[in-house]
Amino acid sequence: MDMLRITGLQKRFGDKEVLRGLNLLVPEHSIFGFIGKNGSGKTTTMKTILGLLKADAGEIIVNGEKVVYGQTATNRYIGYLPDVPEFYPFMTAPEYLRFCGEISGIKRTENEKRCKELLELVGLGDEKHRIKGFSRGMKQRLGIAQALLHHPKLLICDEPTSALDPVGRKEILDILLAVKEQTTIIFSTHILSDVERICTDVAFLDNGVAGIQGKLSDIKTRYRSEEYQLETENDTDMIILMQTFPGMKQIGRNKITFCESDYTVFEVLRFVSDRHMAILKFERLEPTLESLFMEVTRK
Amino acid sequence: MKSLIAFIKKEVLEQIRSGRVMILGILFVLFGIMNPAVAKLTPWLLEAMADSLAETGMIVTDVTVSAMDSWVQFFKNIPMALIAFVLLESSIFTREYQTGTLVLFLTKGLERYKVVVSKTVALTVLWTLGYWLCFGITYGYNAYFWDNSVAHNLMFSVVCWWLFGLWVIALLILISAIANSNTGVLTVTGGVVLASYLLGFLPKLKEYVPTMLADGNTLIYGTAGKENYMVSLAVTVVVSIVCFVISILIFNRKQL
Repeated sequence: MDMLRITGLQKRFGDKEVLRGLNLLVPEHSIFGFIGKNGSGKTTTMKTILGLLKADAGEIIVNGEKVVYGQTATNRYIGYLPDVPEFYPFMTAPEYLRFCGEISGIKRTENEKRCKELLELVGLGDEKHRIKGFSRGMKQRLGIAQALLHHPKLLICDEPTSALDPVGRKEILDILLAVKEQTTIIFSTHILSDVERICTDVAFLDNGVAGIQGKLSDIKTRYRSEEYQLETENDTDMIILMQTFPGMKQIGRNKITFCESDYTVFEVLRFVSDRHMAILKFERLEPTLESLFMEVTRK
Repeated sequence: MKSLIAFIKKEVLEQIRSGRVMILGILFVLFGIMNPAVAKLTPWLLEAMADSLAETGMIVTDVTVSAMDSWVQFFKNIPMALIAFVLLESSIFTREYQTGTLVLFLTKGLERYKVVVSKTVALTVLWTLGYWLCFGITYGYNAYFWDNSVAHNLMFSVVCWWLFGLWVIALLILISAIANSNTGVLTVTGGVVLASYLLGFLPKLKEYVPTMLADGNTLIYGTAGKENYMVSLAVTVVVSIVCFVISILIFNRKQL
C-alpha cells in the first residue's frame, strides 16, 4: 500500500510556478529520499502535504485520506520535522515533549512513558537544560522526538541533516534507520551521500516535477551508464589510445573514460591486447546519484 | 479542552520564565506605592521650594493633601503602566510567527482558535492581576493616610479604566492576528488608541469613544456622573468582543 500519493500537484507563488503537476508515490515502510536543488519546491511540497499551504491543483492522499488545506485531520498520521525546528526556548526538552503530548491528546501515563522512551532514543535523556542553550544537532534530535511522539505512520523530515556537522548527521541518520520499522519516512535533502546511506526509494525533484522516482536499486540498474574507465600503466599507452580513439576523455593521470556508444568494449580491448599495453584497471562505471542528479537537473 | 488548558499553561509558563511577570509585577507595585507617596510628599516638596517660589512671586501657604491627590496620581500613572504592558506583550504573537514555533503544534492538530483564546486569557489575567494589585496598594495607603470617601465614583472609575485596558488588549490581539511584525503591532495599536483619543475632542463623539473611560479624574471630582460614561462603556465592551471574534476568524485563515 502507498502511504502517500500525490497526483498532479500544482502550486505557484505570484508568477513563480514552483510545482507543475508533481506526482509522487511513497510506499509503506520505505525511507524515501526527496532530492532536489535549493528552491526546487521540496519544502513547498511538504507543507502542502501538512495542509499548511493551499495547492492550486492536484490531490494528496495520506494513508487513504485526502488532505484538505487548513484542516488537519490527516495530520494525525503524520509526524513533521521542519528544516530548522524552533521550540519554546524557555522549556526543557522533557517539558516540551510532554507539552506536545498534551496537545496531541495522549493520555497522561502513556505520555510520560513515551516521552521518556523518545528522549532516550534521541540521546537527550539526561538533558536538564532549557532549549535556549541547545545546539542545532540537539534541536534536530528533539525535533525528531516530537515528530515521533504520537506514533505517526508517516514521518516527514525537511532537510534534517543539511545544517549539521558530520557527527550530528550520522546521529540523525542512525535515528531514522532505527525507527524505520515503526513508520514510513520521507525526507528531503540535497546531500546525496545521506540518501545512498539509508534510502530505499528516491525521487528527484526538478522544475516542479519528479524527474525520476522509484526504488533506489531499480533506478541504479535502469540508469546504468555505458561508461567505462581504463587506467594504463604507461603514459605513452594512454597517448596512443587517445590518438586512436579521439572520443575518449582523459579524467586523470593515465585514466580515461569512454562510452560504449562511441567505441565498443571489445574494440578497445582488442586494441589494448594487440599492443600489449599494461593496464591497471578496466571497469564499468556504476551510476552515482550525483550523475543521476546532474542528468535530471540538466534537462 | 485538554489541549486548550495545556496551551494556556504554556502561555503562563512563558510569561513567568521570560521575566515579564516579574517586570510587570515590580512596575505595578511601584506605581501603586508612588501614587500616595507623591501626594504625601507634595507639601514637603513645596515647602522646600518655598523660598525660590517666593522669589518668583508665588507664596506657598498651608498645603493640605487628601486621598484625592493620590487618586489623581493614579490616573496619571496608570497609562504608563499600560504602555509598558503593551510594549512588553506586543510580541506575544509575532515572536511565534517569526520563529515558526506554532507550526509544529498546528501540524499536531491544535485548533487555531485555541491559540488566540490562550493568549487572550494570559494577557487578560496578567493585566487584571497587575492593575488591581496597583489599585489595592494605592487604596490601602490612601485609607491609612487619609480617607478614600472624598473621591466620587471611585470603584466605577477604576473599573472603567480596567475595561479601557482590556479594550487595548483586544486591539493588540486583533492587530497581532493581522500584522507579522512587532513594530506593525505597536504602530497600529498606538495609532488606533491615538485616533480614539483625538476623536474624543469632538464634542459630538466624545461619549462614544473608548478613551473616554480613561478619563477617571472627571469622575472622581464628580464633574461627570456614571450616566455620562454608559455609552462609552457599552461601545468599549462591544468593540472588544467584536475584536476578539474577528481575531479568531482572521487567525484561522492566516498563512503561517
